[in-house]
Amino acid sequence: MSDVREHADDIHEQFSDHIDVSVDEIEDRLTTLVDEYKVPIDEARRSVTNHYLEEADLERDELAGGSSEDVQIEDVDEPEQWIDLTAKVIELWDPRSDAVAQVGLLGDPTGTIKFTKWAKSDLPALEEGSVYELRNVVTDEYQGQYSVKLNSTTVIEEREEDLEVGNDTSEIEGALVDMQSGSGLIKRCPKEDCTRVLQNGRCNEHGEVEGEFDLRIKAVVDDGIDAHEVIFDKEATEELTGLSLEEAKEMAMDALDTTIVADEIHEDIVGTYYRIEGPTFGRYVLADDVEELDGRIDAEELLIKARSM
Amino acid sequence: MSQAELTREVARRVFASEFNDSTYSFKESDDERAPNYALLPTGDRANRVFVVGTLTETEDVGEDSEYWRGRVVDPTGTFFVYAGQYQPEAAATLRDAEPPAYVSVVGKPRTYETEDGTVNVSVRPESIAVVDEGTRDRWVVETAERTLERIEAFQEWEAQQEAPESGSTAPTNEYAEMARDRYDSPVENYRRDVIQALEQLEDVDDAEATA
Repeated sequence: MSDVREHADDIHEQFSDHIDVSVDEIEDRLTTLVDEYKVPIDEARRSVTNHYLEEADLERDELAGGSSEDVQIEDVDEPEQWIDLTAKVIELWDPRSDAVAQVGLLGDPTGTIKFTKWAKSDLPALEEGSVYELRNVVTDEYQGQYSVKLNSTTVIEEREEDLEVGNDTSEIEGALVDMQSGSGLIKRCPKEDCTRVLQNGRCNEHGEVEGEFDLRIKAVVDDGIDAHEVIFDKEATEELTGLSLEEAKEMAMDALDTTIVADEIHEDIVGTYYRIEGPTFGRYVLADDVEELDGRIDAEELLIKARSM
Repeated sequence: MSQAELTREVARRVFASEFNDSTYSFKESDDERAPNYALLPTGDRANRVFVVGTLTETEDVGEDSEYWRGRVVDPTGTFFVYAGQYQPEAAATLRDAEPPAYVSVVGKPRTYETEDGTVNVSVRPESIAVVDEGTRDRWVVETAERTLERIEAFQEWEAQQEAPESGSTAPTNEYAEMARDRYDSPVENYRRDVIQALEQLEDVDDAEATA
């Protein structure tokens, strides 16, 4: 079977429930684009699919996935793939929009991934802590971070067995080369479930509020191969700097300025080597375990290698 | 905004001898905001570097306004670090520093052509911090390791160029190719510098052990 024919078959399968169209007709459309207009097959398929979507008055989400694949979360590395997952609902978050029925975090032994379930898909509710087989979900990507979307063709089946969840832990050894703005003594919105960092006393969501002090560091730890963004929460910051939230507040009060805290911390940590362990969350590593690397380091092995090259 | 623009440039580890030979700089696109890279002779590009060494001397070489020059020495040579009004924190650190002291510098490579046509390479610092001896030693070992990795990749690529029929699977190495076209100092020189840097650490160890 030719390549074009295979794609035509796939598309036909996706639309067979919705409109009356023959495989031959789909193949003709693809052939015209590929042979006459020299359009790459992927683009041709996309164009033909969009044509039938319009004809059937459907959203892309509502299509049956022609060939979804059983995958593990760590393997998700491409957007717009139809996949099957078996995963546990680790956390449900509050949807920010009425269009979203549920949003949260799924996990399997290989890692975690965000999921979104649209309101219009009209699917059963997922419960925190339960394990589900999810067939026909679509992958998505935003700023290098992958997620899956449940849609009206998704089949949800609850599974009896529990699933152990791996947490994508990273270990980085490198020099802390930069501390980013928004580090040090910050103020957060005190409204329930809102922990946004205030900008000039204002919360993006709740406007002017009386903020609550917190300590955190956003830093870059670099091993000469990759630059990793690392977030230290209050506990990690206190451990790293030996500076408590109370002491930081006093310092700021004495100086009548909160930036003095960030300046002190900057001086203390930039240019120092650390080993950092913690879960990855998108492009960030959350520092759970931090160790300053100041022990002696053995050069002998490297010297033997250098001499033998 | 594309993914590439969001990615922070890594800070390369490079000894002073190789850094000062990195006289060719280039951009990957015509966009005026595209990042500038120095070409390392061992076959890599560097938009940012992290160096640790001994600050031996500071001097205000500015005419109208303060412009601080610091000499930062590693086992292979000297990095020249320049900080002026646009790098106020780094300039303040150089002004207040009391050499000799171990310092770490995060910064960008910059090239400058003198009247006689020599190209000087210097560091424009983003930050300078006073560190301890342990940090310096760790940097020397780490930089030796990264440099050896680059040399290894360069040699694999070179071997494949010389014997294409061997069917070697060494990956293409764009920057090794660029380095061979632009520079005439063999990577062997930098291997020798690595050995010298590591030997210096080991010697100190031995001296401490017998003392």
